[in-house]
Amino acid sequence: MSDFGPVQTRSPVLTVRRVDAYYAITIVAPQVAERFRSGQFISVAVGGDQSSMLLRRPFAIHDVKPDYGGTVEFLFSVRGQGTAWLAERRSRDLLDVVGPLGRPFPLPRDPVNCVLAGGGSGSAVLFPLAQSLRRRGCRVDFVIGAASADRVFSAITARRAAATATFTTDDGSFGLRGRLTDALGQVIEDARSDVVYACGPMPMLREVTAIAGVYGIPVQVSVEEAMACGTGICMSCVIPVVGEDGITRMARSCVDGPVFRGERVRFDDIGTIPFDALGAPGWKAQSGEGGVADREAG
Amino acid sequence: MSPDMRTRLGRVELDNPVLAASGCAGSGRELAQFFDIARIGAVVTKSVMLEPHAGRPAPRMAETPSGMVSAIGLQGPGVEVFLQRDLPWLMSRGGRAVVSVAGSGVAEYQELARRISGAEGVEMVEINLSCPNPAAQGRHFADDAAEAARIVHAVRSNTRSDIPVFAKLAPDVPDLTALAGACVEAHADGLSMINSVRGMAIDPRTLRPAVAGGMGGVSGPAIRPIAVGCVYEVHTAFPDVPIIGMGGVRTGADALEFLAAGASAVAVGSVNFSDPSACVRILRELEEALAERGVSRVAEVVGAAHRNGGAAPNR
Repeated sequence: MSDFGPVQTRSPVLTVRRVDAYYAITIVAPQVAERFRSGQFISVAVGGDQSSMLLRRPFAIHDVKPDYGGTVEFLFSVRGQGTAWLAERRSRDLLDVVGPLGRPFPLPRDPVNCVLAGGGSGSAVLFPLAQSLRRRGCRVDFVIGAASADRVFSAITARRAAATATFTTDDGSFGLRGRLTDALGQVIEDARSDVVYACGPMPMLREVTAIAGVYGIPVQVSVEEAMACGTGICMSCVIPVVGEDGITRMARSCVDGPVFRGERVRFDDIGTIPFDALGAPGWKAQSGEGGVADREAG
Repeated sequence: MSPDMRTRLGRVELDNPVLAASGCAGSGRELAQFFDIARIGAVVTKSVMLEPHAGRPAPRMAETPSGMVSAIGLQGPGVEVFLQRDLPWLMSRGGRAVVSVAGSGVAEYQELARRISGAEGVEMVEINLSCPNPAAQGRHFADDAAEAARIVHAVRSNTRSDIPVFAKLAPDVPDLTALAGACVEAHADGLSMINSVRGMAIDPRTLRPAVAGGMGGVSGPAIRPIAVGCVYEVHTAFPDVPIIGMGGVRTGADALEFLAAGASAVAVGSVNFSDPSACVRILRELEEALAERGVSRVAEVVGAAHRNGGAAPNR
């Protein structure tokens, strides 16, 4: 319906690969590829036309290439029946794909120093971002954390794509023993980073945001919330986010995100409706004479 | 020959009988990225409340076999934003609006009805009766036929007379036909059925309810036979009352099933989450199914299951 919004396509599978602990599927989806900007995701129907699994599975777009008119690659680990079904797909099978969805990472106007922090499969979304940043003349440094060596995704690509790449694993099987956030501060200092981009589990994003705060640099986080529709209609993926007007709204991760400014996300209040959120119980009593513009709930 | 798809809901005639169900289409803006929103019969909006509403805490949804359990809690911006932003947007795209209203008592429903029926472009009003009634320990208005009738009366008497008012019924009530009768007696122009079915999913790892609210509403193809049964029963009791049928409609054949049970229109709900083009696909499939059967007007199949001998008598 438009040149920049999402499309729904039936896309042939080009390849299904094992990459350490993950699977990577590449599909031929020119309309998705041409609209894609880093940070956006696709949602994929699982189980076939009469599937009993009704909800689409959202996946960050890991790579886009011009081959065959435009291909899109996404990464996943098998967690349930839906992802198990996906892992069994073969070349030329058709996937029902919607995308690209969500707000992309905002890119800096100037060639600044960027540190990209990815936890587990969350690092996948940072690879196309690294390319976009480098095209703008930005310095890119990677910090990638995972539970163990087989969950560190694409170490070689990370080293190639960045000035430095630092790895951490919980069990010490690859890189530094510990968490990504143990290493992040040092990288920011060494690289004189101007901005942080992060994707991973919520507790990690919360710590990354705190660290960026210590250094006084902006941080963009991409959240990995559970979603049902990915298009903004079901309202199931909401998290409390402070707007530019200072008002907290229950924002949809799929269309208002998945990329948010880290300091705007109320990490401590995720899973709750904060008492001062727009439309929370008792909200009216605290509100002033706000106009309509103040009241647009996410 | 493509069949005549026009259908009548009280005083309103729609171009075709496929609607987007309340809470599964916002006000049409998101789905309009995937198809021309003016092509479907109407958009039943997400339930509008008087004030902004933050809804329930996350997690709000869990997948279940052929469906989902959800407890969103009517998150929305309130009637003012709806009337200034969402409704005009839908009008500007040529969409037709059935406005769903939700409140916490008679006064709120009255005020909503007044505000909404004064706005331009409102074709119909649908009353969401599955809202917690604070005066009855949070039980739904629909749980008590007399309470439901009070709400219907309040909305009907505060809505412009040329705008049909439909009452949306939940299936899990003590006596559905009695509830439908009470709404009709309170001058509802028609009935929408069914709302989601109360249920729960428990996370097998944590052994806690998978949805933060504990109980939620089950929707999707899993509830379709329940919905078809409800439409059939109520149409038997009130054959002249128009019904918008809904509950797990996924294909044109599903839509045809509801029409045959007695619905004059069909709303597509949760399936919009999995297939954002579902409404137009189902409309196309329904047209094809009717054409294949040699049906020239969709109205001919409304209630067909009752005429074709109906249900076999008990032996």
